[in-house]
Parts: sequence; C-alpha cells; structure tokens
Amino acid sequence: MSSIGTGYDLSASQFSPDGRVFQVEYAAKAVENSGTVIGLRGKDGVVFAVEKLVTSKLYEPGANKRIFHVDEHVGMAVAGLISDARQIVETARSEASNYRSQYGIPVPLKYLNERVSMYMHAYTLYSAVRPYGCSVVMGTWSEYDGPQMYMLDPSGVSFSYFGCAVGKAKQAAKTEIEKLKLADMSVKDLVKEAARIIYLVHDELKDKQFELELSWVCAASRGRHEAVSRAVAAEAEGLARQALADIEDSDEGDM
Amino acid sequence: MFRNQYDSDVTVWSPQGRLHQVEYAMEAVKLGSATIGLKNKQFAILIALKRAVSELSAYQKKIIPIDEHIGISISGLTADARMLSRFMRTECLNHRYSHDAPMPVGRLITLVGNKMQICTQRYDKRPLGVGLLVAGYDDQGPHIYQTCPSANYFDCRAMAIGARSQSARTYLEKHLTKFVDCDLQELVAHGLRALRDTLPNEVDLNTKNVSIAIVGPKTPLRIVDETELSRFLALVEGEERRGGHGASASATGDSGPPVDRDDAGDDRDPQVAVAMETE
Amino acid sequence: MAFMGDIMNPAPLWNNGPSPGAFFNFPGNTSVVTSSNHSVQEFRAHSQSPITTTTTVIGLKYDKGVVIAADTLGSYGSLARFRDCPRVMKVNDLILLGSGGDYADFQYLKDIIEQKIIDEQCIGDGLQLKPRSLHCWLTRVLYNKRSKMDPLWNNYVVAGIQDGEPFLGTVDKLGTAYEDSIIATGLGAHMATPLLRNALQAGNIDEQSAKALVRKCMEVLFYRDARSFPRYQLGVVTADGVTIDDVAEIKHDWSLAHMIKML
Repeated sequence: MSSIGTGYDLSASQFSPDGRVFQVEYAAKAVENSGTVIGLRGKDGVVFAVEKLVTSKLYEPGANKRIFHVDEHVGMAVAGLISDARQIVETARSEASNYRSQYGIPVPLKYLNERVSMYMHAYTLYSAVRPYGCSVVMGTWSEYDGPQMYMLDPSGVSFSYFGCAVGKAKQAAKTEIEKLKLADMSVKDLVKEAARIIYLVHDELKDKQFELELSWVCAASRGRHEAVSRAVAAEAEGLARQALADIEDSDEGDM
Repeated sequence: MFRNQYDSDVTVWSPQGRLHQVEYAMEAVKLGSATIGLKNKQFAILIALKRAVSELSAYQKKIIPIDEHIGISISGLTADARMLSRFMRTECLNHRYSHDAPMPVGRLITLVGNKMQICTQRYDKRPLGVGLLVAGYDDQGPHIYQTCPSANYFDCRAMAIGARSQSARTYLEKHLTKFVDCDLQELVAHGLRALRDTLPNEVDLNTKNVSIAIVGPKTPLRIVDETELSRFLALVEGEERRGGHGASASATGDSGPPVDRDDAGDDRDPQVAVAMETE
Repeated sequence: MAFMGDIMNPAPLWNNGPSPGAFFNFPGNTSVVTSSNHSVQEFRAHSQSPITTTTTVIGLKYDKGVVIAADTLGSYGSLARFRDCPRVMKVNDLILLGSGGDYADFQYLKDIIEQKIIDEQCIGDGLQLKPRSLHCWLTRVLYNKRSKMDPLWNNYVVAGIQDGEPFLGTVDKLGTAYEDSIIATGLGAHMATPLLRNALQAGNIDEQSAKALVRKCMEVLFYRDARSFPRYQLGVVTADGVTIDDVAEIKHDWSLAHMIKML
C-alpha cells in the first residue's frame, strides 16, 4: 500500500492514482480485527459459528450476540463493528419484511443478498459517509432450494459460498474448512466441526475470554433459523475442547 | 495538534481500520465524574458522584429518570445526555401509549444504540460524547446496561464509567459474585465502596456529592432523598479505604478528572489509550 | 427519451440512505432531494360500508383460559359467497384473535400483526407480545383510522393470557374498546350475550362447560342470524398455549321450520 498517506486515502469518493479506493480497504481492516466468524453450508442446512470476544468480566454472559435473525428463515452472523453490523441487520430485516408484505412469501436469499449488498455498496460511493466496518454472512434453507449462503464485504461485494470465514483468524479457519467435504455433511456434523474450528483458531494469548455462538437453519429446524440447542452446543463444545487438548498433548510429545 | 491525518472526520477510516473520531468521543466519557451501576436478583441501582462546577454552583445532576422502570446515569457531555434522555423518554412514553406496557429495557437500549450509530457514520454529524449507565426493571428482572459513544452497548452485571472508574471496576470485578445474592443494603454499600475507590484521598463521599437511584419489583425508580442517602452512607462510613488507588488510576490508562475544568483543553492532546473496541 | 427515465429528478438512491448532496440538512429541514410536489387533494373517498363481511365473534373467559369462536362465512351483501374464511387466528403462544366485519380489512391487519410477531421473534429476547398490549395497539390503530374518517370495518376480539391470568377484550371500528368476561360482536351482541351472561351468573365455569356454552351460542346464532354458517372455528387459549380446533359443523334440523308463519 504505497499510496498510504499521500492524501488519496481520506475519502471513499476518491480513487488513488493507481485506481484503488483506500477507504474501502481500510474499512475491511476493521473487520479483520474482529473475532472470527465462520459459515458452513452442508447438504441439509447452514451452520454459523462465531468467536465472540469478551472484553470484560463485568458483562453478562450471552450479551451482545453476533448472530441475528433477519426473518424466520434467514440468519445473519456478523464480523467487525457490531454497531455498524446492527444497522445492516435492521436494513436486512426491513427488506425481508417489505418483501413479505409485497409478495406474501418469505424473501428468497438471492434477492435479499442483492438488496443488502447494494445498500452496503451505496456507502462506498460518497465522501459524506464512510463504508460499513463489518462483513456479514447470511444463510437459509428451504425445501425447494436447499441450503444457501452468502457473505457480504464492506465494499458491497458478495458471493455465494459453501464455506466461508471472516475476522481475525480467517486464514487459519479457511484452511480448516477446506479440509471438509461440505457438500456431503449434515448440519449435525457441521456444528461439531464449526465449534472445533473456532476453538482451534482462537488465540489464547491475545484474547483471553471468548464465547462460542452457534446457530443453524436446516431441514431439522423446518427451515427456521435458530440458536443450536443447548445440549447439542454443549456436546460440540466439549468435543472441540477435547480436540484442542489432544493437539496440545501431541505437540508436547513431539518436543 | 492533530495526532495524524486520519482523525479529523468521523467518515475516515485509518489504515489500521480504526475510527479516531469515535475513539476521541470515547475519551469524553472519561471526563465526566464516575458513576456506577450494579444489581442483585431483584434491584438495579445507580450510584453517581456529582461535581460542582464552582463553589457557588449547585452539584450537577447525574441521574436522569426515564420512566417508572428505567433511569440513567451519565458521564461525559451533559447536553448530549439530555438529548438521549429525551429520546428515551419519548420512546418509553410511546410504548406505553401504543402497548399499555412498560418498554422492555433491552429493546430501548437497542433503539438508543441504533440512533447513536447514525452519527458515527456521517460527515455532518459527530458521535455523542456521553456514556450512559442504564438501570431498569422489566419482566426479565433487573438490568444494568452501558452505552458508549461508539454506539456499542453492553448488558452488564455491574459497571462503572467516568473519571478514574477503573478503580471502581476493579472493585466490582473482585466482588462480582457477591452481588447477586446480597440484599439491597449490602448492594448499595458495595456500590458506595466502589465509588469511593475512584476518589482522591482527601475527598470523601457525602450527601451532597452522591446520588443514588433504585429500581426493582413494585419499586418504581426513585432517586433517594437526603435522609435515606445519609443512612446509606453510614453503611460504609469509617471503613478503611483502599490505598494507592489515586496513583494507579492514571497508570491504567484512565485519565483522571481535570481538577479545574477550565484548563482541561489546553494541555490535553488526544491520547487514545485503547484501540477502539470493535466488539 | 422515456427509456432514460427522468434525469433531472432521479429517484432517491436509497431510502434512509445517502443521497448525494443531501447531507447538509439541519433539523427541521428534511427532504431536500425528493421534491415533494404532490398536489393537495380536495376530495377523497372513504370507506362508508364493508364489502365482504363476516358476522359474530364470541369470546368467553373461564377460570383458566378463554374460548373464542367464529363461523367461516364471507357474505357479499346477503349472498353467502365465500364458505371458507377463517377468522380466528393464533397470534403467538399467549394470544388468540378473532375478527368480524370486513374480511379484507381483517386480512390487511392480520398481515401486519403477523409481521409484528416475526419482528419480535427476530429480536430474540424471549419476550412475547401480551394480549393487553395487542388490545391497546389495535385500539390505537382503529381509533386512528376512524379519526381520519377511514375506518377499518372490523370488530376484534382479543383473547389471551396476561401475566398468567385470562384476558378478554374487544375493539370496534370506531376504536371503542373494553374488557369483559363475555364478549359477542355483530348480531351475536344481541342474541348471544344474554345466554352467556345467564350462564356466567350461575358461577365459575371450567373449560368443558365454557366450550359447550360457546358451541350452544354458535348453534343458536346459526338458526337466527341470516348471515351465519354451520361451519365454525373454535379456539382456546390457556397458560399451556393456543389451540384452534378443526372447523366444526353444526348439525342443523329445520323440521320445525314449516310451523313458523311470517305474518
């Protein structure tokens, strides 16, 4: 980024001489500082997992969730500035609600994604606003279309994914996700994998405390987006801790 | 004067992905006097330290009632807080009008957060330079929420904000597990001790500079009067105070209160102690 | 040039979002971009009568819950036009709602209420709309509409569990609202209310007898109300939740009819 500090990186409405919009890239940096978020799309649903960093003991456990309901059938996991992300959630909710009132059916994720992406993109065009400092992952499942998942960037770009990761440890998480045979896996297994990956990529030294958030939208939940039940989440978390302990043991053995 | 070229507007991201204007606004909260919120199983309470601008003035009000079941305690720019409190009152009133029921505390906070976010993203606005502690009681029991200029908010078991509040937070963290099961008297006593930890050695709590608000089941929010206040203060009177807190406050990155507010701006270069919390 | 749209007055870029050049608004000086040049309308037609109508809703509070019932007929004037118009709806686990009057107006408000519930579920704080709140909200909506001389032509009956206690309230198209332990709207207000009151005066009733009483009322109304229908829905709300029974059919017997002479 040789153009940093040359004055072409102060506004979203300005290109640098080499054709980049730096403000958008800087906004993406804010996302990289946040806890890791992963989304996995299996054969019968989509699973979200979030590493929610807890910065103080004084906070209530479970507060400031990073997984939201957009509509009955759509879930959204967010990385980056949570206050920005909540605005995206609100926008998505009102889009979903408008669609429902116009057409009387749940909004198709493809359409919702398009609308929300356009909204985020609009904030990359003017000097009077700044781009959003968050990335979001949206997912749904329906009988007819099966599982679907999209990830949206601060730039307003979005793609459909089988598996995606964003946040601090997205590289490590992506590497782990790539090892999975996502298309053949059920959400039951994906929940365990998701928990394991979050535990694996969590940096114990830099961020001491974190809470794991898990949610899914799948055939078993009848296409509704809901938090993974406590029993299933506890089992997945137990397995994740076990897997982590095994790795540490074998590391010590090597030495 | 500028710390760098990326801190002049709220619409400018720094190369590190930070918003300096928002971080500076967070600093404004630390200029206000300390205030504390905590709760047990039934009650949520706010305890605030009031300041007098001069010897001739009265002590500045710190606790603002919002509705029968919600009160806020402020630290930072009072005028900004008044704007927010008016918004919160209107929302509570509208909710009562349209739903014949008190506003759930968490939902009010969500609205406040979303309102505050708008002015962290637009060129023609600035973030609100005030932090709130919100105490409320609803169907889900007592709540303490903290809101920040960054438009973040936190559901807390206990919290302290404002000048030298780090010492109070240390106290709260240390005694956190005791709050849930203690009675109202003990809860207030804990709060007062935490608040006292933020004071310089030569100052002590008295009925003039302390304000307490209580809310709970069948207990509409009330700001306690002077007689009750002195009864509460008697709970912690004469206890040994923890030493060395005055010095530790600045070491933890918490800027102390400007003794005389007039010269606050002169020697104060923006010093961002912590990276902006993205959580 | 029509294909290029109106270049001078482009549509707003995004509702509530950024619009180029519109960021220097000061309070009290909104909507600079969208030139609001809609002309003042001097005449306006308002609904003066319902179109497709439904008749009575009956509500009865008993010791542990509330029963409500309504038939499924949509009348077009005196024509029995639509035979399957369900109008007892489950709002959430705490509330049952019944509606009489204009069916389209009910459907309109039903969608809004359903969205209200989805919005609440999305918040995910575990709180649920309570019957008193919905009753109040409906009152505000209906009174507001009537004050604009454009009423929603309905009678609503809100049944539910409010903090563990049964709740029964009603609102009409004028925004007149009250709570009672028995409610009957439409023609039922004249014909079923006395039956319900008599039964209630005999003392507390349980779910079984409450249901039986409401069924009896539906039968009487079917014989007497020319806009009624033998098929009806019956719903119950208790602390355990909301149930709406499958549509029940009244067995009717008109063998006595020839003895009635219209004078």
